[in-house]
Amino acid sequence: MSRFVGTCTLLVSFLRRDRWMLLGWIGANVAVYWSQAVGTKAIYPTQADLDRAAASMESNPAFIALAGPTRALDTIGGQVAWQSSVTGAVLAALMSMFLVTRHTRAEEESGRDELVRSSVVGRDATVAATILLVLLANGVLAASITGSLVGYGLSWTGCFALGASAGLCGLVFGAVALVSAQVVRSARAANGLTGAVIGIAYVLRAIGDVGPGALTWVSPIGWSQAVRAFAGERWWPLALLALTATALTVGAVALLHRRDYAGAPWPVRPGPARGGLHTDLGLVWRLQRASVIGWSVGLFVGGVSYGSVGDGVEDLLGDSETSRDIFLATGGGDLVDSFYGVAVVMLAMITCGFTVTSVLRMRGEEVAGHAEMVLATAVPRARWAAAHLTITAVGTVAGLLLAGLGLGLGYAAVTADSAAVFRFVPAAAQQLLSVLLVGAIAWVGYAWRSRSGVLGWVAVAFCFVVLMFAGVLQLPGWVQDLSPFHRLPMLPAEAFDLGEAVLVGASTVLLVVVGHVLMNRRDITNQ
Amino acid sequence: MINGLRKTFGSFAALDGLDLEVDQSEVHGFLGPNGSGKSTTIRVLLGLLRADGGRVELLGGDPWSEAATLHRRLAYVPGDVSLWPSLTGGEVIDLLGRLRGGLDESRRAELIERFELDPSKRCSTYSKGNRQKVALVAALASDVELLLLDEPTSGLDPLMEEVFTECIDRFRGDGHAVLLSSHILAEVERLCDRVSIIRSGRTAESGTLAELRHLTRTAVAAELEAVPRDLSTLPGLHDLLVEGNRVRFDVDTDHLGEAIARLSAAGIVSLTSTPPTLEELFLRHYGERLEPGQEPA
Repeated sequence: MSRFVGTCTLLVSFLRRDRWMLLGWIGANVAVYWSQAVGTKAIYPTQADLDRAAASMESNPAFIALAGPTRALDTIGGQVAWQSSVTGAVLAALMSMFLVTRHTRAEEESGRDELVRSSVVGRDATVAATILLVLLANGVLAASITGSLVGYGLSWTGCFALGASAGLCGLVFGAVALVSAQVVRSARAANGLTGAVIGIAYVLRAIGDVGPGALTWVSPIGWSQAVRAFAGERWWPLALLALTATALTVGAVALLHRRDYAGAPWPVRPGPARGGLHTDLGLVWRLQRASVIGWSVGLFVGGVSYGSVGDGVEDLLGDSETSRDIFLATGGGDLVDSFYGVAVVMLAMITCGFTVTSVLRMRGEEVAGHAEMVLATAVPRARWAAAHLTITAVGTVAGLLLAGLGLGLGYAAVTADSAAVFRFVPAAAQQLLSVLLVGAIAWVGYAWRSRSGVLGWVAVAFCFVVLMFAGVLQLPGWVQDLSPFHRLPMLPAEAFDLGEAVLVGASTVLLVVVGHVLMNRRDITNQ
Repeated sequence: MINGLRKTFGSFAALDGLDLEVDQSEVHGFLGPNGSGKSTTIRVLLGLLRADGGRVELLGGDPWSEAATLHRRLAYVPGDVSLWPSLTGGEVIDLLGRLRGGLDESRRAELIERFELDPSKRCSTYSKGNRQKVALVAALASDVELLLLDEPTSGLDPLMEEVFTECIDRFRGDGHAVLLSSHILAEVERLCDRVSIIRSGRTAESGTLAELRHLTRTAVAAELEAVPRDLSTLPGLHDLLVEGNRVRFDVDTDHLGEAIARLSAAGIVSLTSTPPTLEELFLRHYGERLEPGQEPA
């Protein structure tokens, strides 16, 4: 087995390098489940409270699209499973993706793997250690989720079902990342590809849960919820997840054996000997166009998918008069509009993924030493940054408006109500203000210190927590108001508020200016 | 050009009172051990890093506040050239040239041919030496007055190194200046008019190679008719070794004349004197601790 010589040593070194990262991901994921259990108990102290809440939630298609099919919502376990499992699955998927890419393609791309391989390390040791690492991480995650909920006092079987479905979901997407790492040449592209698969899995599940159910069965996230934790568990979807993860891993290893070191299954083609790039803006566009186009297409398709649910959301109400009354009393306004109000916010939050990544591309350029090549020419720092921010803004505007357009077109195709486009596109346009504000936060962080660009992701995580968990965490109103997505009215269900829009827009402008000042004062380094 | 430059990263003083001056039509060698602050100095000159103290003047301007304007008149080749993996070498050369304000087309073509560079390959497939060639072609094909080169030839093969040397000679011939950081002593000896050696963020020595040699010791071996008794009392004499009528010693170059006079008085049978090699010169400055009295004024 000389192919695997050194696997253990590598695994130990991976664990050492990743210890804080693993602790963060697993801790955050466990907190999502555990806080849900504690929070549910706190807001609905009696069974009657829980029953009433369950009735209103079961009837709300927007909630279903966000969180998944509703089962046993009149129990704490059912509430935890419903509210946490999508977030948990996505977090597990992202953790696995970062772990896999970091130790495979990123190492190959940087040349560090070459150094490792030159020592006494078997041909398959790196990939074996990576697979073991992901198994271990998701195993610990599953055990921690199970343990924390059992510790809280929920039933063993339900807790295990919930933990195992999150862990296995992580393994499936870890295997997807392993395949991606074989077919593209850069870590960035590998993460992009895997991220797209996770996004598609999420959207398919969302559409499937409110509309054509078959779509849910195309998504691993859907399978993980089909385990029905705390609602008469069935175990075979877990086997489906495990089989898929195994098959993808085997496929990835086969691809690995067929390709050249640091290569991909196909060769690099030569390009033009003369440059068509004339400006720094042209360069940034060239670097980001694949990402802009990919995200725009993805967001448009996501919009069309949400839109094609049409008026079907009405059907989910069923015949229950009480639930309809409760929903209309609490949510207010038109049911379909409020569903689409939430859909627009979801699409806007997904757009933040592009926006923050795009802003932080500057950090990537700086660390790689590309920035200094440009800044050593006659391009001033401010112009270099402005070129990047321009592309970020263009991509954000294009992506989110296309999402709104898709939403309207999808809806119009199903309901023949073509005026919907004029309701949904302005709703998306309004949320542009929120997304650009998040981008501006990433920019200020980066402009302050290259490393602090991560503030952008902190802002996205915060807005996501406010959207999904504000109720259960009982966040005070002023904290929720810090999220622009919460501040701005949910068009088209609510009325436009000029004051709030100006406030969010002005904050963005202010942050961009502050970032400009900070950027012009600091050192350009390669750390 | 640079006077008493200081730059700290946290509590670490990367540059601690550095002085450096490069004249027109001069290739100035910039030498020092790894981590002595050469790249930091060049990055301050490029306005990428902000100086914490001292005075820095570049082409008559302030490299921090007038960075972009000054960059029209200079070109830079980093030691570790990192290029956009998805662009071709040709695209990068054209882009960097245009961003600087223009490229001499005929020189671009000539340089690509002389450096034997395939401009249609993607940068991800270039070796280190080829990436360096891309940056060198982009720098040398632009119309500038100053080149800032940070170990530009560390990845080049000897043939390409020769091409590089010729290009730099021609650039100097046009009346332009070069700051060349390098560890390749043959290259420094061949190209540089003056040299500055830095250690631990400050200038240890600066001058022409002849001047620097003057500061070091010459090795002398001689066979004498009779060895004078008081030879060891000569000023500036080191490592004296006497074997019968043969003597060997090192002498500070300043005191070479006196030493030879003394030997001559004793009757020289044979004499060899070896001037210090460049290697010895550098080893002395890289390796030894600077005595307080030895610091340059």
